[in-house]
Amino acid sequence: MRRDHPTWWAFAVHRLSGVGLALFLPVHFYVLALAIEGEARLESFLVWSSQPWVKVAEAGLIFLLAAHLTGGVRLLALEFLPWRDWQKTLVAVSGGLSFGAGLLFLVNAY
Amino acid sequence: MSAEKLQTCLWLVQRISASVLAVAVAVHLITIIAAVQGGLTAAEIIARVGGNGAWAAFYGVFVAAAAVHAPIGVRTVLQEMTPLPNFSVNALSALFGIGLLIMGLDAVSILYRLGGG
Repeated sequence: MRRDHPTWWAFAVHRLSGVGLALFLPVHFYVLALAIEGEARLESFLVWSSQPWVKVAEAGLIFLLAAHLTGGVRLLALEFLPWRDWQKTLVAVSGGLSFGAGLLFLVNAY
Repeated sequence: MSAEKLQTCLWLVQRISASVLAVAVAVHLITIIAAVQGGLTAAEIIARVGGNGAWAAFYGVFVAAAAVHAPIGVRTVLQEMTPLPNFSVNALSALFGIGLLIMGLDAVSILYRLGGG
């Protein structure tokens, strides 16, 4: 397998982002369910999460989510649409959109 | 079900759930980026989802699609990157999916019931 090819990196990012999101989901659901102990309990977590380093970590999660989304759409296009040369360009487009989503989150969060 | 049929079935289910998630994740990303402006509060989250059937249905479908999609991906990773036998891989993946479904629907249900009075 050639690691200097952009599609290898697309594969690696898709897999790593998938594993990261799979690990994050149970934590996400647990935090949301804190609301059962009252609005104040969820609020106290959200106050904790407003620290700068947590926001940067959250931007990383947004990047992972956007990367998995755009990488997944690229795969679906690859598997279900006829081959076009622009499908190679989709790797660059999905990377750009993912960084864009992460940056947009950071800009809005600060 | 033969191993080949199971593999084909999981491949198809993975793509169908991916199509649902493509829309759901796009909506979720836009919602997050809009919601964090000015800081996120519990009151805002509860005001949006609490008592709102449309949002609750959206998040319910989102959770169900994720609970189907994620374990199939985890199964592939475990198969390719660990020495675990197939039975253990399938059992762990299925348990992970069931756990996600229960935790996710529970969270949606809690937030829905907090609103609307």
